[in-house]
Amino acid sequence: MITRRKLIGSIGAATGGLLLSGCDKINANPGVRSILTSAEGLTMRAQRVISDRNAMAPEYDRTAMSPIFRANGTRQPAGPEYAAHMASGFVDWRLAVTGLVNHPLSLSLAQIRAMPHRTQITRHDCVEGWSAIGKWTGVPLKLLLDLSGLRSAARYLIFHCADAYGASNYYESIDIIDAFHPQTIIAWALNDQMLPVGNGAPLRLRVERQLGYKHAKYVTGIEAVASLAAQGAGKGGYWEDSHDYEWYAGI
Amino acid sequence: MAGTTSSNDPAENSPRGGDLVKRHRLSTRIWHWINAFSVFVMLMSGLMIFNAHPRLYWGQYGANFDRAWLEIGNQGHIGLVRIGTVKIETTGVLGYWKDKAGIPRAHAFPWWATIPSSYSLADARIWHFFFAWVLALGGLGYWLISFVNRHIRSDLLPTRAELSPRHIWHDICAHARLRFPKGAAALKYNILQKIAYLSVLFGLLPLIVLTGLTMSPGMNAAWPWLLTLFGGRQSARSVHFLCASGLVLFIIVHLLMVVLAGPINEVRSMITGRYRLPEDAAK
Repeated sequence: MITRRKLIGSIGAATGGLLLSGCDKINANPGVRSILTSAEGLTMRAQRVISDRNAMAPEYDRTAMSPIFRANGTRQPAGPEYAAHMASGFVDWRLAVTGLVNHPLSLSLAQIRAMPHRTQITRHDCVEGWSAIGKWTGVPLKLLLDLSGLRSAARYLIFHCADAYGASNYYESIDIIDAFHPQTIIAWALNDQMLPVGNGAPLRLRVERQLGYKHAKYVTGIEAVASLAAQGAGKGGYWEDSHDYEWYAGI
Repeated sequence: MAGTTSSNDPAENSPRGGDLVKRHRLSTRIWHWINAFSVFVMLMSGLMIFNAHPRLYWGQYGANFDRAWLEIGNQGHIGLVRIGTVKIETTGVLGYWKDKAGIPRAHAFPWWATIPSSYSLADARIWHFFFAWVLALGGLGYWLISFVNRHIRSDLLPTRAELSPRHIWHDICAHARLRFPKGAAALKYNILQKIAYLSVLFGLLPLIVLTGLTMSPGMNAAWPWLLTLFGGRQSARSVHFLCASGLVLFIIVHLLMVVLAGPINEVRSMITGRYRLPEDAAK
């Protein structure tokens, strides 16, 4: 029996199929892709032209918080090393600040937590479309960069992570403008609790004007570089390298 | 003199049924075809983006633990759309369907409705955010030109007489009987066309651009008033989806009307600008 649903399905499949086999070829064409991806730079420049470099992401009050803050991506890094850190409450975790800095750092969690901190209730927007509002506490990234004596040649910061994706570890990167933004923090607490494993324990990046995948979790190192070319496939992050997600995730 | 067709007759200069007349300005024609293409890309890449999280919420936040007012999903081999508390089975079309190769997939919108046709949020975003610029800049340009060349004032704004309920009802009845204006009357937009075009031009399109921008965390820092205007990012996402549905409805009716009113003549008028007026009924 031909139901209406089946009919809609087959009409759609027939017309869509004709158009889309063409569309998918166009989608795979490198020339077309380079034109389409050029919009990313335009979007970034446009957003930065109309906003101050320190324009703040909205902050919410306690009543606006999500009852449950969803975790996404890696929720439990694999391997005995991370398991050992978990078992010991991350007392031996170190955050390295290296690359184009005058004084490379290697800080313990206790040292980081003893530094001045900022608390902010912000909205986390996943590239998939959902949002969750949570309260983050951490050290402003600017303080770490000042402490390490960031050199003027540095244009980007690469965040090295403890969780593996395929053959290599997750990584992400931001530029100097976002690095010195007042809301950019290395967070160690969520909703007044020590950062849960699902949300990046013990340290994660918060870069509030961009989408969730930029907020590197399980951070072990911050590397100041002049170019992103040498890391991974050179596009500045795991999802950028592997799936062509935008490096500028402000939209 | 009255009723004759002498060359002295001033009525001779006004077009009549059967005449080939200039109908659409160049700016309208260019904008139409750029839009026709980019709207399709936007809708189909938008459906793929929706597939990444096929749930809609009201308010500032919304994720899997929160209450969605609309959800497209599946229970086993059954595709389901839930709106509020109402569940509708949509197996084969929404929520659970078979792809080109006949492999069952549990995504919201089917492969024939999305760009690209197999699941890729990243690729859909590349298309969406390129053509967003085309659509927004094109729309802005058309707005400015249409104010300057008085297209909006002289062709699209309804007159007081047209807005009388009696006149609107008369046009609705005429449309329902598929009786379209003939002769010189076909040269002007009728009230239903005016309402449809104005609500797209000054309603749906600006709303869809603004709600799109409201979903951008970068824009939330730049223009925080956007969040106030729409009551939060997730509300903006819902309104964005509803506006897109409104555009789909407009396109369906628009295409239907083109077919019913004479597709060759209508499409020609949007390409060359020339339109043959339908013969007067009296002839």
